Amino acid sequence: MHTQYMSIRYGLLALLERQPMHGYQLRAEFEATTGSAWPLNVGQVYTTLARLERDGLVDPQGSDDDDRVRYAITESGSAELARWFALPVTAANRPRNELAIKLALAVTVPGVDVREVVQRQRSATVSDLQNLTRLKRDSDGDLSWSLVLESMRFQAEAEVRWLDHCETALAREARRTASSPVKTAAEADNSRVAKGAS
Amino acid sequence: MSTVPALEIDDVSRIHGRGDAAVHALRGLSLRVAPGELVAVMGPSGSGKSTLLNLAGGLDQATAGRVRVQGEELGSLKQAALAQLRRRKVGYVFQDFNLIPSLTAEENVALPLELDAIRTRRAAAMARSVLDEVGLSGLYDRFPDDLSGGQQQRVAIARAVVGERCLILADEPTGALDSETGEQVLALLRARCDAGVAALLVTHEARYAGWADRVVFLRDGTVIDETAPLSADSLLAGT
Repeated sequence: MHTQYMSIRYGLLALLERQPMHGYQLRAEFEATTGSAWPLNVGQVYTTLARLERDGLVDPQGSDDDDRVRYAITESGSAELARWFALPVTAANRPRNELAIKLALAVTVPGVDVREVVQRQRSATVSDLQNLTRLKRDSDGDLSWSLVLESMRFQAEAEVRWLDHCETALAREARRTASSPVKTAAEADNSRVAKGAS
Repeated sequence: MSTVPALEIDDVSRIHGRGDAAVHALRGLSLRVAPGELVAVMGPSGSGKSTLLNLAGGLDQATAGRVRVQGEELGSLKQAALAQLRRRKVGYVFQDFNLIPSLTAEENVALPLELDAIRTRRAAAMARSVLDEVGLSGLYDRFPDDLSGGQQQRVAIARAVVGERCLILADEPTGALDSETGEQVLALLRARCDAGVAALLVTHEARYAGWADRVVFLRDGTVIDETAPLSADSLLAGT
């Protein structure tokens, strides 16, 4: 949620850097730029604008004929935006990797067929790649949208490569345990407890 | 477009060796590829991908089961008829292009036609027309060494589709290319399939499998899973 808020916040600042706009305009421009990969509702836009105004990063500029308030970026808003572009996105700002956590847990829970978990995920991710590739073919030279799509394709591709790696690691581990049985962390803990008790 | 599958693999097994030393490369594998369909095959090494391609192209024979190309069962054909079917119906694209270095782009593409007794002038005209389609107009007289990797693979694709070919078998065709050129090669393969040719693509890179209509996963000589694309709406709804 935090990450999504950050993207909207800087997304709106970046759009206002081009020209002053009102909320509906901002929503339409945001979705056009990211190819509607992140659909926004207008409530999110106004909530974010209110926070930006509170922080002195945007200024309301009176209403247009339809009584809609236009916002302009302030000097400190421009500086904040420049800082955002200048700094890399750090891992702490990214959402936690549920898949990595799922597999890390799967190998410790008895009765889970980890190879199947890996394959089901691979299948799902390759399906996503098929869809993303289809969208790319239809993207008709829209640079912003095609960059967003490519980001999603590279992420999906990296995930499949990582799944391949997991499968190899699982196979290696299976061969190793076949020749010399090893304990899971929990079993090792239990045996330590048992030793301590005796 | 014909309704007969371009490729039908029906309960096929391939066993190398005998007794204790027998290696089961394929175990009762079934797969169909329709005209106009691009099917990608993924799987770890040793899962049977290459054996599958060799059987589909009649370069190897199944121990059990049937392989049909455009309805013709390969196992029932005499050697000469099989060779003719391979020349006329099936095109191959390899990782390392396999162009003949002493022949020009045009001559490389025309070669399978001439082997099939099409007159030189007509074969050359057909070759030039396909080279135009793959974006190599004006490079007809270049030798492979004077072409980039991507251009060489385009020549190889032109050679694979020239004439009345109904099936392209591609074994890691992007393996020797950078990712941008690899994408162009896949776009080209995709366009040929959209025009009605069937293709079976072996790749270990998910990025390229993403161009396929279906992705089939092999493990231990059999199909363990398969994808079909979801709708674009459901994809974006998840982000």
